[in-house]
Amino acid sequence: MLKQKLALAVAATLTLAGTAYAQSARDYISVVGSSTVYPFTTTVAEQFGKANANFKTPKVESTGTGGGFKLFCGGVGVQYPDVSNASRAIKKSEIESCAKNGVKEIVEINIGFDGIVVASSKKTKAMPLTIKDIWLALAKEVPEPGTGKLVTNPFKTWQDVNPTLPAQKIEVLGPPPTSGTRDAFVELVMDVGCEEFEAVKALDKKQAKGVCQTVREDGVFIEAGENDNLIVQKLVANPNALGIFGFSFLEENLDKIQGETINGVVPNFENIASGKYPVSRPLFIYVKKAHVGVIPGIKEFITEFTSEKATGNEGYLANKGLIPLPDAKRKQVAADAKNLKTMTP
Amino acid sequence: MNKTASSNPLQRDIKTIVNAGLVRRHAAERRFRWYGLIAVTLGLAFVVLMFGNIISKGYPAFWQTYIQVPIQFDPAVIDPEGKRDSQALQSADYAALVRTGMRRMFPAVEGRMELRALYGLVSSAGALDLQKRVLQNPDLIGTEQTIWLLASANVDTLIKGNIDRSLDETLRPIKDDQIGWVDRLQSAGQIEKQFNTILFNSGDSREPEQAGIRGALMGSFYTLLVTFLLSFPIGVATAVYLEEFAPKNRWTDLIEVNINNLAAVPSIVFGLLGLAVFINFFGLPRSAPLVGGLVLSLMTLPVIIIAGRAALTSVPPSIREAALGIGASKLQMVGHHVLPLAMPGMLTGSIIGMARALGESAPLLMIGMVAFIVDVPKGLTDPATVLPVQIYLWSDLPERAFVERTSAAIMVLLAFMIVMNGLAIILRKRFERRW
Repeated sequence: MLKQKLALAVAATLTLAGTAYAQSARDYISVVGSSTVYPFTTTVAEQFGKANANFKTPKVESTGTGGGFKLFCGGVGVQYPDVSNASRAIKKSEIESCAKNGVKEIVEINIGFDGIVVASSKKTKAMPLTIKDIWLALAKEVPEPGTGKLVTNPFKTWQDVNPTLPAQKIEVLGPPPTSGTRDAFVELVMDVGCEEFEAVKALDKKQAKGVCQTVREDGVFIEAGENDNLIVQKLVANPNALGIFGFSFLEENLDKIQGETINGVVPNFENIASGKYPVSRPLFIYVKKAHVGVIPGIKEFITEFTSEKATGNEGYLANKGLIPLPDAKRKQVAADAKNLKTMTP
Repeated sequence: MNKTASSNPLQRDIKTIVNAGLVRRHAAERRFRWYGLIAVTLGLAFVVLMFGNIISKGYPAFWQTYIQVPIQFDPAVIDPEGKRDSQALQSADYAALVRTGMRRMFPAVEGRMELRALYGLVSSAGALDLQKRVLQNPDLIGTEQTIWLLASANVDTLIKGNIDRSLDETLRPIKDDQIGWVDRLQSAGQIEKQFNTILFNSGDSREPEQAGIRGALMGSFYTLLVTFLLSFPIGVATAVYLEEFAPKNRWTDLIEVNINNLAAVPSIVFGLLGLAVFINFFGLPRSAPLVGGLVLSLMTLPVIIIAGRAALTSVPPSIREAALGIGASKLQMVGHHVLPLAMPGMLTGSIIGMARALGESAPLLMIGMVAFIVDVPKGLTDPATVLPVQIYLWSDLPERAFVERTSAAIMVLLAFMIVMNGLAIILRKRFERRW
């Protein structure tokens, strides 16, 4: 049949084109992964491309941390990415799936910290929050004030949560569960906040995890999408709401919004860098060692990323809102990256 | 019958009944017209609101602030050996020339932090600009020129009035010292707004003042090229075959139902299909306009086929019969008469399909076109992004100056849409024949 022949011909051309592409070496670095790390990696990629006339500018895709690892762990070869951005450390299951596909040697590079802030419009008075307050306001089940028994969250205003706070309706805009920011928020705020209650401690581990991490679904916590600029705009429009997002967005919009103090610590550059501010997380890039030497420029790209002029205290990434590592740690990371020290399984 | 009925006394009764209801019917008609008018006004109001919002935000992005800086092309910095070797000229420290120029304008500024703030007034693109000038014209070395250098995004935002000067220094991205310098430069006439050519001439950048949509435009161009080259011939051939040659039986009915279904499938599904088939199975590169075009042509094909069949059916059967009657074969009948007459309608359908493909972003998310790409793509397999995706990426960046650039990119996309849809209307008006 003519149709079958045609279909065969089309398939053959596509396969040919595909294999021809796979055989011709890719001459640019391919990066995938977290949308939180994206603004930083792209900056380094651009600087790297400008400074090195003999290398092309790396391509940086924004796929989310999990999506990034899925692609990264796909295998070894030019059709798979060389570097993956991550707003959390790689999971054991991801290392295993990598190994299964032949990606055994992975270099982990901690590039700095990102603070997660709870912010509100400047039109309202600042609220001195604690991690405990935030958990009580947002958890689905909380210990009842008198009895300590777990009940569905009854709190309507911040004053109900903590008598020293204003009688303002609880309304929090935050990222959806698919976001790395949400993962980090759950780990750093929700898990920590619930530990202070006897009722939670009494539960077994699995139950406690559920109680700690489940966010209430009665409209108090609003999932506002992945776009942090949108949350900022909504905060300006609604002075009663609080928003949860990355520090760099607070820094760019200081004229409109304010970061709430958490446990008495102001979210600013110095406090996050020194570790005083409790809600900060490490950011990483992961490099496939098997591609070093195959794809041109990977080594130089890592060197640029770990250099003082990029991730140092006054590096260009600090201007973009990345919180640098402490001096000693940074030197260690740069040295390890230079030697392409792989992760020990 | 009617003639005899006109003299019937019943006629008068009907007349009175009709006259009695006339007021009510007229009122109903007037009301309906008002509803229609209100609906149209409401729709237009939303369009005006949307366009007004985008344009008021985006139009400042078409101008860019420049600072006039006296640059001394010092041979000791650019070419210490004096050989005019192009390699040496390329790698010279042009940023140092910019820094010297800035210091010469404000000799009183001292101290590391203050100098850093001073150098921050101009964009880092200045050094590249000087490098390009020297490479083009090595005679510049040793001379002194006043050159308009690109200002940094913060200065640009300040000049455009988008930074509140009354705020406390710590709350705005630009410091008191810097505002003082900018004001001095402005009163000396050394700050100027020029048309933003960078927006149209360069690829993406993380520095808002250097970011452009050239890369995304070329990406869109290559993607649409693939889409058009694939979907137009296949779509037209399918329409002609199904309409003119195919027997009408259960199989062609099945095909027709499927084509109509495909036209309504959400575009993200085509993205998933593209990922599974073109990238994972055939091993085509991620982020390439080739794959983007293949995916979008799957999406555009049904639209073109449906429009094409509608255009073919609107050609009157008498034309076909006349052609066959004077001895033309079926192929000649279609090729010489029916297809040329249906072509304007088919083109209109294709252009509308292509406009839809131009504005599509969801399926491209799946095949890796959501990417930061600095180099302007030069071919079908170079990594690329497209205009709608570029808008999506810019809207998610923290820097304030990207807001106006996002709106500017939306304006460019809208302009293309209006041109394409306008073209479709003109084609229909000028060439389509009605019988």
